[in-house]
Amino acid sequence: MAENILEMRSITKTFPGVKALENVNLDVHRGEIHAICGENGAGKSTLMKVLSGVYPAGSYDGEIVYDGESVHFGGIRDSEHVGIVIIHQELALVPYLSIAENIFLGNERRGRSGLIDWNKANADAAALLASVGLDENPVTPVGQLGVGKQQLVEIAKALSKDVRLLILDEPTAALNDNDSEHLLGLLRKLQERGITSIMISHKLNEITAISDRVTVIRDGKTVETLSLHAGEVTQERIIRGMVGRDLESFYPDRVSSPGEEVLRVEDWTVWHPTQDRKVVDNATFTVRAGEVVGIAGLMGAGRTELAMSIFGRSYGRDISGRVFVRGTEVKARTVSEAIGHGIAYATEDRKRYGLNLIEDIRRNVSAAALGKLSTRGWVNGNEETKIAEESRKSMNIKAPSVMSVVGKLSGGNQQKVVLSKWLFTDPDVLILDEPTRGIDVGAKYEIYTIVNKLVDAGKAVVVISSELPELLGICDRIYTLSAGRMTGQLPVREATQERLMELMTKEKELVG
Amino acid sequence: MTRTVPPEAEETPQEPTPAVALHTGTSNLASLLTRNLRTSGIYIAFVAIVALFAILTDGVSLSPGNITNIILQYSYILILAIGMVLVIIAGHIDLSVGSVVALTGAVSAVLVIQQDYPWWVGILAAIAVGLAVGAWQGFWVAYVGIPAFIVTLAGMLLFRGLTQQVLGNISLSPFPAEYGRAASGFLNGLLGGDGYDVFTLLIGALAVAGYAFSGFRTRLARIKYQQPVESFPLFVARVVLVGAVVMYFAWQLAHARGLPIVLIILGVLVLAYGVISKRSVFGRQIYAIGGNLAAAQLSGVKVKVVNFWIFVNMGFLAAVAGIIYSARSNGAQPSAGNMFELDAIAACFIGGAAVTGGVGTVVGAMVGGLIMAVMSNGMQLMGVEQPIQSVIKGLVLLMAVAFDVYNKRRAGATR
Repeated sequence: MAENILEMRSITKTFPGVKALENVNLDVHRGEIHAICGENGAGKSTLMKVLSGVYPAGSYDGEIVYDGESVHFGGIRDSEHVGIVIIHQELALVPYLSIAENIFLGNERRGRSGLIDWNKANADAAALLASVGLDENPVTPVGQLGVGKQQLVEIAKALSKDVRLLILDEPTAALNDNDSEHLLGLLRKLQERGITSIMISHKLNEITAISDRVTVIRDGKTVETLSLHAGEVTQERIIRGMVGRDLESFYPDRVSSPGEEVLRVEDWTVWHPTQDRKVVDNATFTVRAGEVVGIAGLMGAGRTELAMSIFGRSYGRDISGRVFVRGTEVKARTVSEAIGHGIAYATEDRKRYGLNLIEDIRRNVSAAALGKLSTRGWVNGNEETKIAEESRKSMNIKAPSVMSVVGKLSGGNQQKVVLSKWLFTDPDVLILDEPTRGIDVGAKYEIYTIVNKLVDAGKAVVVISSELPELLGICDRIYTLSAGRMTGQLPVREATQERLMELMTKEKELVG
Repeated sequence: MTRTVPPEAEETPQEPTPAVALHTGTSNLASLLTRNLRTSGIYIAFVAIVALFAILTDGVSLSPGNITNIILQYSYILILAIGMVLVIIAGHIDLSVGSVVALTGAVSAVLVIQQDYPWWVGILAAIAVGLAVGAWQGFWVAYVGIPAFIVTLAGMLLFRGLTQQVLGNISLSPFPAEYGRAASGFLNGLLGGDGYDVFTLLIGALAVAGYAFSGFRTRLARIKYQQPVESFPLFVARVVLVGAVVMYFAWQLAHARGLPIVLIILGVLVLAYGVISKRSVFGRQIYAIGGNLAAAQLSGVKVKVVNFWIFVNMGFLAAVAGIIYSARSNGAQPSAGNMFELDAIAACFIGGAAVTGGVGTVVGAMVGGLIMAVMSNGMQLMGVEQPIQSVIKGLVLLMAVAFDVYNKRRAGATR
């Protein structure tokens, strides 16, 4: 048997006007965990789509050798037939169907009568769940599981198809630390069973922790393949390959000079919209001009709920407390009132809540402040294009023109469109909820640079993030939120990940 | 016109090649055609269908009398389609418009024919009823949050029932002459002419001049903002082509009975709603809601208010259609407007609107409606039996949307 289970040889894939992949080579050893990393838009996902047959043979140039044989997949069924299974970033599970139904969807266990044998299916599913370490009843609807568990169901589904080469696209992007750890451990176990994995990931610490080799792709070309066993391949080394230069730091420097207080939130309490519990409990915080304030908290601590309830009561019920903008109390009952008072909120889920994906950059940039572009209800389309074009340049949005459809941009560029939209409302306070989720190192750096420019221009910025290094890297002060309560605030020079984690897990005390 | 293209499509392709979009300048005919082939499919289909029936009917379908007939017969469907396309862009549907057409016509007929009120009282009452119906449905959709499919399905039964109630389940006719004239009359002989109507030609010429003038102004504004524009000869060619089509059309009308008043009403509505949908804040918000409801909400769009007025507007246009239909049929019948909602919806989807919302244009819906109109009319001229007509229309709707879906998938796969 050949040493390589997979060889992709000089793969070139062109879209009209764009060369997405150019002579990309990828060798994957039998039984290894092979990481692929690169900036967003570098071509990682395209490469995996070529491999799995989403782009059928003939639509690209080059050769794919699998198990020593040249293969030509006409579609995803062909690749699955030989044991290549891809798990996409956006999970493809049906929320209303049970775990077992999802696992065998399209691959149903039929009895002799031709009907589905549910007893057998559920028993098989239970065995698969055990092998991925998921302790759930197979008849539980998938919608009731968290993202981490759904990811495991996807893997169980792959196992049911006798997977030999498992491809995971950003498997831990939406997972918390515990779930991520479990998932990575599972990949190791699968490796022991002889299953080869390809993992696309932005999280370099995970890559260095778990994978055997890593291939770096940049601008549609293979840069290098590094073995993580031979010698010291550090995260910095990988980043150098991804961006083609050394990032002196993940976080750009900024001289902090906070001015007057811009936002003050007092005794803010929010009830869950349907359940009888407080999601935010008596929270108080302030933000000054020229200051970046972080809000740290675990999943479910109420970070997003806090921000959205302030932003025109977009979340929750029976909201009480007071909000001051530049010393005056404001009562923003709707989003448009909040925008009018100079508050902007960029959501954590840009695809679902932030962008109109079927429209172009222009229409998205103008969406929150159409009034500024219009007289007596009529929009000046040329002015709109001009504004969008300015944003495209100043934000460095990589798109052929402002008429490009937003849904086709990479995550980092989509996030820049979201930021452009909110900057166009000319806010005093900008609340950024997970501003760098799912975007690559280079684009993250750009986002941080934009944030720095904003505070230098006297804006007040609130950053909500799950990544503590990010908060430590860009904030002046950090508040911690635990179960809806503010449990502490630290100036960044006194904060460490450990101290923040301690405060974030603190249950009872109210430090405020 | 397909799902994503604004009326200024000639100048602003949705996915231009980088080279063209980045610099200021002019684009040549070849690149314009290739880029717009996908989006102009509906126009090509329309021209092909018109040509096909012109051949099959030995030119009868393009005769002055028949063109007038098509306008009179299908204007109310087109007016409904204007409102319907806005409803569909916002991600809703309205199944009740046929019943609303019947109800508004019935109320008008009862007042004018039974109670002997002047004709304009009937018209005002019909519009008031349409607005009230729209407000009723808008309330349930926007403020209570019931899906429009359910609300308007209920409305379809509700307003049909009310129509029968109002009419006592009998037909009323005839309307006084003024009523019919206001809605289905002609402007003829105002400026004289020997065998043809000069006034009609004048209006046609004015329309062409207006088109050229507004096109030129748009062009100047775009140049001022350093946007790409088509080359000047191409611009002139486009104006000449459109002008020729309009003047031919006016010439034919001038040789028949003159300028139908409904055509003026329809023209004004199409222009007004075309501009509202593309250039007004309200129109933009309709697209934003249909494209991503949650994102629109979090961008400060007052979703409930917009949804409410979309349905009020639909009620208004249904009333206008109801008046024209009652005037044309010279009375009110309990079963008037049956299935109109389906014709209007079909027009929108043939014209490139998307079931999922966020996509569609008024002009597209008009062309979609005209495709249906020319086909029905052509088949009638050829003496095709009603059941066969129905089968063909159904297939055309299916094929039009299938073609569009296929195109979109191909476009999507190239990225």
